[in-house]
Amino acid sequence: MTQSRARALLLTPAGLWYAAMLLLPLAVVLIFSFGERSAIGGYAPGFTFEQYANLPARFAAFRNTLTLAPVGTLAALLIAYPLAYFLAVKVSPKWKTMLLVLVIVPFWTSILIRSYAWIFLLGGKGIPALLEVIGLDDVRLLNTPFAVLVGIVYGYLPLMVFPIYVALEKLDKRLLEAAADLGTPPWRAFLQITLPLSMPGVLTGSMLVFILLMGEFLIPAILGGGKVFFVGNALVDLFLQSRNWAFGSAVAVALVVVMLITVGIYTRLVKRFGASRDDVGLM
Amino acid sequence: MKNDNTPISRKAFMEELRRYQKGSVTRRHFLGVTGLGTAAAVMGGAMPGLLPSRARAQDIGDRVVLATWPNYHDAANFDAFTDETGAYTQVNVFGSNEEMLAKIQAGGSGWDVFVPTNYAIPTYVEADLIEPLDLSKIPNFDPASFDPRFADAGTIDGVVYGVPKNWGTTGIAFNSDKTGGVVDSWKAFFDGARDAWDGRVMVHDYQLTTIGNALVYHGFSFNSVDPEELAQAEKLLIDVKPHLYAISSDYQPAMRNGDAWLTMCWTGDGKQMNTDMPEIGFALGKEGGEIWSDYYAIPKDAPHKEAAYALINYLLSPEVNAKEALAHGYPVADSRTNALLPEELLNDPIIYPAAEALSPLEFGAAVTLTDPNRAELMARFKSA
Repeated sequence: MTQSRARALLLTPAGLWYAAMLLLPLAVVLIFSFGERSAIGGYAPGFTFEQYANLPARFAAFRNTLTLAPVGTLAALLIAYPLAYFLAVKVSPKWKTMLLVLVIVPFWTSILIRSYAWIFLLGGKGIPALLEVIGLDDVRLLNTPFAVLVGIVYGYLPLMVFPIYVALEKLDKRLLEAAADLGTPPWRAFLQITLPLSMPGVLTGSMLVFILLMGEFLIPAILGGGKVFFVGNALVDLFLQSRNWAFGSAVAVALVVVMLITVGIYTRLVKRFGASRDDVGLM
Repeated sequence: MKNDNTPISRKAFMEELRRYQKGSVTRRHFLGVTGLGTAAAVMGGAMPGLLPSRARAQDIGDRVVLATWPNYHDAANFDAFTDETGAYTQVNVFGSNEEMLAKIQAGGSGWDVFVPTNYAIPTYVEADLIEPLDLSKIPNFDPASFDPRFADAGTIDGVVYGVPKNWGTTGIAFNSDKTGGVVDSWKAFFDGARDAWDGRVMVHDYQLTTIGNALVYHGFSFNSVDPEELAQAEKLLIDVKPHLYAISSDYQPAMRNGDAWLTMCWTGDGKQMNTDMPEIGFALGKEGGEIWSDYYAIPKDAPHKEAAYALINYLLSPEVNAKEALAHGYPVADSRTNALLPEELLNDPIIYPAAEALSPLEFGAAVTLTDPNRAELMARFKSA
C-alpha cells in the first residue's frame, strides 16, 4: 500500500513531464498533419489525407537523410572504436582521466560554434590552402556532402566513444590472459572476446548517433552550404519559410514512423546478436 | 591578385567572431532556427539585474524587444536610447520575412517592434497581426519628408501600419579580381555560374530573390507566379545548382575570404564589403530584379507598446537615423536625414544608384510570400 503510493509519487514528475512535453506536442503534430495550409500560410483546421499524399515531394530529403545517417554512424564508429579501445585498454591510469576529459571538453561548446570553426578549416584558407602547398590545387571541401560527414562525425564522436569505452572498461582482462595461455593470437582474441563483449557499447553508441542524425539540420545547413538537404532542413523550411504547417506536420509524422521502423529493425538485430553471443558461450 | 592562400589571420578570425556575436553570421539559417535569438531574449529577461532600471518622468518600462535584420543598426544608438529612456533594447535578428511572419503567426513572439518589408505588410494586415500606428506617438515621422515610393507600402486602405526605415535593392556582388570586371546582368550571373565561375557563385536561401532573379533571367517578372514561367525558372535553378558554391543568405564571410566570387546581395552588404575590400563591387542586374523598402511596425500582441512607439520615434529622428545609415550603408527615404549625410555617401553609386539603373527593378509582390508553388519550387531546388 505505502509502497505503491510511494511508487506512484515517484513516477508522477516523469509522468507529467512525458504527458506535457512529449504526448501533447505529438498530438498537436498529428492533428495538424490532417489539416490544411491556410491561404496566407500557417494552419487551417480540416480533415484530409492530402498532406500524406504529398509526401513524395520530400522524397529527396528522406533519401539524403537515410543515406548520410547510416554512413555517418558507421564513420563515427570506425573512428570511435580504436579511440575507446586505446582509452580503456592501452592507456595508463595516470593519463586516463585527463584524456577522457579531453574527449568531453569540446562537447561543452555549442555545436553551432564548433561547426562554424569547421567552415574556416574546410574553407579555401584552411585545409585546401595546406594541400596547395604540397601541389594539390583547387581542392574544394566546404559545402559538400563530405564536409557534412566530417561535421557529423566530429560533432557526435563523444556519443559513440563513451558507451564503447564503458563496455571495454568492464571487460574482464582475465579472459584475454586465459586466451593467451591457450595459445590464441591477439587478433583472434580481439575478434572472439573483446569485440563481442564490447558490442553492447557499440550498439548503444550507434543508436544514439543514428537517432540524432536522423533529425539533424544544423550541420548540413552550415557545412553543406544549403545544398545538402536533410529531412530536418525540410522541416525548418516548411515551418519557418513556406509556413506550410500542415505538410510540415505530415513530414514530421513520417520521420517518426521511419525512425520507429529503423529502430525496430535495429532492436531485432540486436536481439538476434545477443542470442548468437550466447551460442558462443561467453555469457 | 589578393593573397588568399594564407590561413585566416587572427584579426580576420576576431572579425568573424565579432560578426557572430553581432548575430550576422548566423543569419537566416541559424539564429531563427536554433532559437538562439529567442534564447538571448529570454536570458535577458530572466536577469533583470542586468538591465538598467531608472525612474523616469515618462515611464515606458525597462525594455523593448526589436526583431530586425542582420547588420541593420548602429548598436551605439540603442545604448543612447537606454540612457535617454531607461528602456533596454533586446535585438533579435532574422533572415527572412517568412520567418518573422511564422513567429508572429505562432503567437507569443514577445516582440514590440519588427521590420517587415513592403510586400509582407498586406499579409500581416490580412491576418490581423499588425497594429495600426498612432502617429501622434511618432512625431519624428514626417510624411512630407519621405519619398512616397518608399513610404506608401506602409499604408493600406488609408491606415498607416508601418513607417519607413530604409530601402534598398537586391543586386550582384562580384569580386572583380576574379571575374575580371563588372557583372551587371542576371544572364551573366547564371551563365557564368555554370562556366568560368563554376563553384564560386552563391544564391540566397530565399525564394523571393532566388526564384525572382531566375525569372528575370528569362525575361519574366520578378514576381511571377505563372506556372509556365516558374517551370522555366526551376529548370534554370536546378541546372545551375551543382555548380553553386552555396545556397545561403550569409554570403559575406565566403565573399570576404575569397571562396565565393559572386553572390546575390543586398545593398548594405554590398556597401559593407566594398568599403573593406574595394575589389568587391556591387551592381544591379540590368534586366531587372528587386527594389524594396522596410518599415518599422508593431505587432498586435506587443507586450511593451509604449516603449515600441518610443523606440520607433527615437530611431526616426534625423540625427539618429543618419548615424544608423552611416553604420549599415542602406539608403534612407527621409530628406531630413539625407541632409545630414556626407556628400560622398549620397553620391555613392552602391547606396544611391542612378535612376535609370533602378527603373527596371520591381517591388516584391505580396502574392510571392504566400504562393505555395514558389515555396515548393524552392524545396525542390534545395533538395535536388
